Amino acid sequence: MSSEQDIYEEHVLDHYEDPYHRGDLEKATHSHEADNPLCGDVVHIDLRIDGDEKIQEAWFSGDGCVISQASASMLMETIEGKSLEDIRNFTAEEMLALFGPKLTPNRQKCCLLSWRVLQSAIHAPVDDLPPDNEDGPDVNFGGPSLSEET
Amino acid sequence: MGSQSPLVEKKSYLKDTTAFTISELDQIREQFPILGRLTASGAPLAFLDNAASTQRPLAVIDAMSDCFRRYYANVHRGIHTLSEESTAAYEQARRTVAEFINAASDREVIFTAGATASINTVARTWGDANLGRGDVVLTTIAEHHANIVPWHQLAERTGCKVVFLPITSEYTFDDTVVRDHLERLQPKLFAFTAVSNVLGTKTPVRRWAQLAKSFGAVTLVDASQATPHEPIDVQSLDTDFLVFGGHKMCGPTGIGVLHGKQQLLEDMPAFLGGGGMILRVTTEGFEPAELPDKFEAGTPPIAEAIGLAAAANFLTGLGLERIAAHEHALCKIADQGLREMQGVEVIGPDAGQKGGIVSFSIDGVHAHDIAQELDHLGIAVRAGHHCTMPLHRWMKKTSTTRASFYLYNRPQEAERFLEAIELVKTKFTRSGRRRRQRNPQ
Repeated sequence: MSSEQDIYEEHVLDHYEDPYHRGDLEKATHSHEADNPLCGDVVHIDLRIDGDEKIQEAWFSGDGCVISQASASMLMETIEGKSLEDIRNFTAEEMLALFGPKLTPNRQKCCLLSWRVLQSAIHAPVDDLPPDNEDGPDVNFGGPSLSEET
Repeated sequence: MGSQSPLVEKKSYLKDTTAFTISELDQIREQFPILGRLTASGAPLAFLDNAASTQRPLAVIDAMSDCFRRYYANVHRGIHTLSEESTAAYEQARRTVAEFINAASDREVIFTAGATASINTVARTWGDANLGRGDVVLTTIAEHHANIVPWHQLAERTGCKVVFLPITSEYTFDDTVVRDHLERLQPKLFAFTAVSNVLGTKTPVRRWAQLAKSFGAVTLVDASQATPHEPIDVQSLDTDFLVFGGHKMCGPTGIGVLHGKQQLLEDMPAFLGGGGMILRVTTEGFEPAELPDKFEAGTPPIAEAIGLAAAANFLTGLGLERIAAHEHALCKIADQGLREMQGVEVIGPDAGQKGGIVSFSIDGVHAHDIAQELDHLGIAVRAGHHCTMPLHRWMKKTSTTRASFYLYNRPQEAERFLEAIELVKTKFTRSGRRRRQRNPQ
């Protein structure tokens, strides 16, 4: 158990300190941002999608806990070169698997923030208005609803 | 974990206080079997999240269990043996709680579903009946959402206004600012906390109640973080309404108290309607019951009331002043230790002005990461906004981390907490890590 924990810590902290494609994308074709008001995690994603519906470039920015930012970095690394179809089929479970070791339901929300932003971003071309329902599909893992903390 | 216990070298916290001796603390902890647990990572539990909720001693567990084992039945409605015994126990619980807060009469003690329910009761009955367009509800920026949202709702219904008293940069309140607001705004209601659940700041309840009275305002005090930690005497404080919940004072969840001056409660219309709170019901209407039944619709939380009384007796048995001295001493260790660390900011006044609560932030480390790492080390704290979004917004912080000590915590746990914070700081210090190549999915 402890070595699994070590791997998690090393890998996640690597991404936190040395993220993949952290910054703005000038030629972004799609863009979206969302936050978790309960804890203050924010993730913004810029995408450059070409005419063949392939993601040529993916960049993120934001602020928040290690899990939210490290998972965004891992996500950016993974999705470049993928098609929109691949992204649409990329489930929340797969996002959690990409991150690595098991997260409690409370922390899963942190990991899934960038996934939600991505799922909305592919529907949010830069020239148009943002969609009404910004935060991507609802996913229920049967954990606590993470509403107000006492 | 760690070397020689720091208690041996450090000046004993026991010397200057009336707090518990080590063997008394051992005996106290035996009353709380849950404290012997290990956490998910295999570390021994240090439960420092008491401001969120507290653990139950055997006396409370046994009292509730005993009710179900021996005499439980619905109250007030039956003539049979079990119902009479249940009713007697429930009303004895009310008397016990009335004594616990030194209420003038049992009729002034209303059992509710919790502190939040108590405040909502006042907002929906006294509030609706007494506030109109332009009237002011005065409260503070440090309140828990339970003592903010019902007033926002009241404002939506009646057109009254909610005004928030600021805190000083030292996380305390300035009496002249309070007086000025009372004088200028002439609020109908002054609703404030006795102890901030984030800052730990204690308000001068008696003084503010007097001040409010002199300006014609009714007072409502949220005593949720006070009743577990210090003696409360509502007659001496002279508050109009005072609320608190069971689960923060070693009692069960699902029960709280609304204390109100008898006249006020009598003048208020009923809130929840149903059985138990009526004298008579016809096809045309109803007549509400006398106090306290008027505000206790439906089958009450019978076993919970019995549990709450057992908790009150347990705390009284230990002595609220000793409990206060004990947690104050532990919090002082934590508070002073944090203040000595680089990159750590304590969010609250110094230890001399608060009880067992210490909130803090660490430069460059998110509150959730702190709490996660502390959990890995067996220490339970809370991270987030702690149901005080306006306060956090004022402080320009999205989230903070809070440790809160109680009667069953050991001084070693305060020391362990400080050691853990050092580890957290080291772990999240930027150390020139590089991303390693991963196999593509």
